Amino acid sequence: MKINPNKCVACGNCTYVCPVGAIYVDEASGRSTINSDECVECYSCFNGLSKEHLNPTIVRTVRSLFKIFRLRFDPEPDVCPTDAFEPDQLSWPRSIRRAFSDPTVPHESTGVKGRGTEEVKTNDVTGRCHLGEVNFTIEFGRPGVGARFWEVEKMTMALAAANVPFEKKNPVTALMLMPGGDLATGKLPPEVLNEKVLSCICEIKVPLERADEIIQLVRRVEKGLDTVMVLGAGTRCESDGDERRLLEILQRNGYNPQRAKTNAGLGRISNKAALEAMREPAGTAK
Amino acid sequence: MTNTLHRYGTAESFNDDIIVFAMCGKGINDEGSVPKLQKFLSLAVPFSPVNMGDGAHGGALRASKKLNPTSHWKRDQEPNFQAVVDGLDKAGTAAVVFDKRENAIGFVKAVKEADLGLCVNISTAVEGAEEILDAAGLCRHSINYSCGFQGHTEKLPSTQVLQLTTMCGHGMISQTMARKMIDFVKEGRRTPREAAKYMSRFCACGVYNPQRAERIIEVARKKME
Repeated sequence: MKINPNKCVACGNCTYVCPVGAIYVDEASGRSTINSDECVECYSCFNGLSKEHLNPTIVRTVRSLFKIFRLRFDPEPDVCPTDAFEPDQLSWPRSIRRAFSDPTVPHESTGVKGRGTEEVKTNDVTGRCHLGEVNFTIEFGRPGVGARFWEVEKMTMALAAANVPFEKKNPVTALMLMPGGDLATGKLPPEVLNEKVLSCICEIKVPLERADEIIQLVRRVEKGLDTVMVLGAGTRCESDGDERRLLEILQRNGYNPQRAKTNAGLGRISNKAALEAMREPAGTAK
Repeated sequence: MTNTLHRYGTAESFNDDIIVFAMCGKGINDEGSVPKLQKFLSLAVPFSPVNMGDGAHGGALRASKKLNPTSHWKRDQEPNFQAVVDGLDKAGTAAVVFDKRENAIGFVKAVKEADLGLCVNISTAVEGAEEILDAAGLCRHSINYSCGFQGHTEKLPSTQVLQLTTMCGHGMISQTMARKMIDFVKEGRRTPREAAKYMSRFCACGVYNPQRAERIIEVARKKME
């Protein structure tokens, strides 16, 4: 993302809306400027600010006059008065920032928008997580702090060393499958390690018996990171909707979940290809 | 992603924060899902939602690309639910936000009755979701617990700012914007309702709860935690 200095009137509205605080009014140029190393290309400024198309010269003149008289114009705080934001053409590896940070862009690896995972939201049709299994989502950088992939790699390598399988349909897993990455060791391509994203999710599935071990592992590794994290723990409920086994594990590890996302079980497989695949006898799939 | 899961607050604070959303498994039930998702959203309108949206276009309050300068004094602050329903044109996620449990129950019953075949989830307090499903004659298929924030939590802002920002799980609402909105209200420059709506416009998928935001700002006006 960049800000066109010919359009910017340094009203400062945008400096507040950046989730990672990467926009500031530069003293020398007198224009809003983006710290490109910190910018995660989330497009919150571009997509979230409403846009006026005022003449920059007129706006600057009016603002200067107001300033002389110590008057403060009180504009709407979510407006860029001159439409000064201009998206950059992003090339690899910087493009990864937008892929992980801008929720309006689907991940190429999964086709899913947001951070690119379905986890148990579609478990009623995917059967991704069965009874007696835990689907952990380990999200780095959330809320509002951001994370660099060297931090993510510390976790993925620790998980790989513990022989934990990564969810295949997940954008972080897709990075391990790229040249320079390694699914077996959890290594990510070296060129992405210093890239910063608003957040990203590492997703794994283990038997319930390994849940304690994973929680302890995550806590051990997080001490070496410079960001915040949030853990999600999903599972299939019993046929009567009961779920206590995972909750008890979380509670004995010091968690006290207040909020959850609950799948109501109303999904139904309906795509022709998926229905046909279900009907094919085992061993006949092409 | 887990865009509605990790909201900050106690279970009690989610009494007025219930999100019901529908999505499809890619390659499993996404064929022909656009009219079903539209139906899902339109079923919600009679139950007085406080927001709704889809992952591609945003919520019922959106940023404007061509704002008229007079809007500084006469801003359209009313959510346009029908525009959300009509604008949904791609398979993805459709979400509806309620601030009253009875409305969420009515909606879930209607969705069950419509039998759309979409994957439907409820994001709220653990027991709150269970009660809604019970009332609708359903039981939980799967559950995803939020374990709360950990790691370098000293980097996180105050309680109320965190409550406001985490209502956009994609992180599109910055800490500084939330803090600024609280300050605007403290200074009497904006009402809590106006401040909540500014923040709603940054949410990219319509899951922001402006009613809860208003309540949080109202408390923060008198006492920051």
